[in-house]
Amino acid sequence: MALVTLTIDRKKVQVESGTTILEAAQQAGIKIPTLCYLEDVNVVGSCRICVVEVKGARTLQAACVTPVGEGMEISTNSAPVRKARRLNLELILSDHPFECLTCVRNQHCELQDLTAEMGIRESRFEGERVERPVDSSTPSIVRDPEKCILCRRCIAVCEHVQGVSAIGLNERGMETTVGPAFGDKLQEAACTMCGQCTLVCPVGALTEKEYVDDVWAVLSDPEKHVVVQTAPAIRVSIGEAFGLDVGEVSTGKLVAALRALGFDRVFDTDFTADLTIMEEGHELIDRIQSGGVLPMFTSCSPGWIKFIEHFYPELLPNLSTCKSPQQMFGALAKTFYAEKAGIDPASIVVVSIMPCTAKKFEAQRPEMNSSGYQDVDYVLTTRELGRMIAEAGIDFRSLEEEDYDAPLGMSTGAAVIFGATGGVMEAALRTAYEVLTGDELPGLDFEPVRGLQGIKEAEVDVAGTTVKVAVSHGLSNARELMERIKSGEADWHFVEIMCCPGGCIGGGGQPIPTNTETRQQRIGGIYQADKDLALRKSHDNPAVKELYEEYLEKPLGHKSHELLHTHYTARGRFTDKAEDKAEDKAKDVASDAD
Amino acid sequence: MEEKVCVCQEEDYGALEKAIETNRGNAGALIQVLHTAQESLGYVPRKAQEMIAEGLNVSLAEIYGVVTFYSLFSLKPKGRVQVNCCQGTACYVRGAPKVLERLQRELGISPGDTTDDREFSLEVVRCLGACGLAPVLTVNEDTHARIKADRVSALLERYRKPESN
Repeated sequence: MALVTLTIDRKKVQVESGTTILEAAQQAGIKIPTLCYLEDVNVVGSCRICVVEVKGARTLQAACVTPVGEGMEISTNSAPVRKARRLNLELILSDHPFECLTCVRNQHCELQDLTAEMGIRESRFEGERVERPVDSSTPSIVRDPEKCILCRRCIAVCEHVQGVSAIGLNERGMETTVGPAFGDKLQEAACTMCGQCTLVCPVGALTEKEYVDDVWAVLSDPEKHVVVQTAPAIRVSIGEAFGLDVGEVSTGKLVAALRALGFDRVFDTDFTADLTIMEEGHELIDRIQSGGVLPMFTSCSPGWIKFIEHFYPELLPNLSTCKSPQQMFGALAKTFYAEKAGIDPASIVVVSIMPCTAKKFEAQRPEMNSSGYQDVDYVLTTRELGRMIAEAGIDFRSLEEEDYDAPLGMSTGAAVIFGATGGVMEAALRTAYEVLTGDELPGLDFEPVRGLQGIKEAEVDVAGTTVKVAVSHGLSNARELMERIKSGEADWHFVEIMCCPGGCIGGGGQPIPTNTETRQQRIGGIYQADKDLALRKSHDNPAVKELYEEYLEKPLGHKSHELLHTHYTARGRFTDKAEDKAEDKAKDVASDAD
Repeated sequence: MEEKVCVCQEEDYGALEKAIETNRGNAGALIQVLHTAQESLGYVPRKAQEMIAEGLNVSLAEIYGVVTFYSLFSLKPKGRVQVNCCQGTACYVRGAPKVLERLQRELGISPGDTTDDREFSLEVVRCLGACGLAPVLTVNEDTHARIKADRVSALLERYRKPESN
């Protein structure tokens, strides 16, 4: 690659040609402020905050989209640059509501940070305001279009990373707004509820729907027995809210904090992740041996489930009928656990701590009530839990580590790795191998399915049969897999799909920022947590064994089907409107596989 | 009052279907296909946008964004006869508001609307680049110069379908 020499702020810089001014400055350790820019995802130059002076150019240039040229002389902080940046920022602020104190992003807002950095001390322009209602139609995501600064990051991540395009840029001029086509509410659009948009929104225009107050209410209700479950990915991310290193494993502190908040029992979704492996592993073996529909897809990720229901309903029979670990937990908490503990299930409240906004939607799916009640009552994201711990004044960093409660708190390393892309596959292989061969697995780590590569493929020899597997994360990669399957060129047996880039550790409910770097660090934490556990295979989980002996009898047995398996709903490609649903009901795919 | 004309007949999607077929999977042809939809249907309704999304493999969100960005495309049906009345500075000072008022009265619609029989649509524009001819209006492809409010009725008459009068 040819090298280009230029000067930035009188500093000589040499970079590869094709590099943008912004990247060149970053390489030289010079910071240029940005707002709409999102590395690799949104590079459009729309906010004009990153403008710089290029000698000889008639106007200031947006550094994020302007490629470097030989001999360029760039000034990133001259008087005209600072003046233009401030003016552009003031214009963005002119139609932004000054509700910072009560905004969920207060003190975690890029616009606020930038305003502070630039020393804006007054609001000079009283801009025209377009009144737009808040869209809180979904159980997962809230859109407040008045706070939107039209940076388009959400549109870019939805289109390019997730391949969904539920939202776009509509109208023009003052009327310009981000949202689904035809002004539909998000609930009516083909949105997967993944919440990646809430991770990239620089302001408070896209956020998770908060259930914090509901959870406080049940915690202070003496009539309620409130149990909490924590997803695998929470233990490596909750610490970020309290200044711990990204990816630091803080399982014990997490448990202690939840107990301090007043939960009656602190359980672990990892328990039902192990259970999922037992059910899903046997389902896979059954499908392979009895000529069932292959490849079988994993079904743990609710954003992925809604994606396939919207865009590939013809492939719903490929989806494992297993509920996600969250929903298996809810169903068991209000049946098995209620019986065992002698508690009326009507008084049990199940709260989930999830790295995910789609889990909120999943908990409210009408079919998720096999206990006779809504199986999971409230789902909080990692971010919401962080706010609760802060509100309660708990000093997270100095908490003594505590252990989960029995019996739904026991888990293995195979369950922890559910939190990272490739983890469900690896956990399933660990169990399937031993169940089929009867031999102990020589090595536990299936490296080919780990890591951030978008699509990973591997072949595993299991008792003389070559099992072909594929793993993807980020829904645009899932789309590619689906197309390959439809075209008949793929011959996989088992496919793991996680909705969010990096898997659940990169979920839409995780701490902000969630980017490639933090994803990698959290993945590191996940595999560390797996390594640190004595038991690393789901079928070795003694509490799961006990559950089968006492209650479920066997994987894929009658009770399992009742409590742990589900069916899916074909949805429209363009909309999820109620009138379409009536039509789709007829197409309901009851895919119980026996 | 004119007699009511039934407009509930099936819209003809033939031209659009053909355009989609020619450009199947070609996202780059979006604007061109939208033009076909606008011309053949008089607007680009949801059904047409969904057909285009399916055929060209473009998201509905993007198509809707394009349709609402360009004033050439409309979400509401346009009339057979498109009347654009200039309200730019030159036209304005030379009496364009009176012309517009008469147009609204004669057609019984406001700017941005279409008559019930889908014969006429009225739109306000800001400068057609013919200030020397102010006040100006365009009716379909024709430009009419130095329009007086009193002449509006006779002018519209020339564009009405003979049978509908």
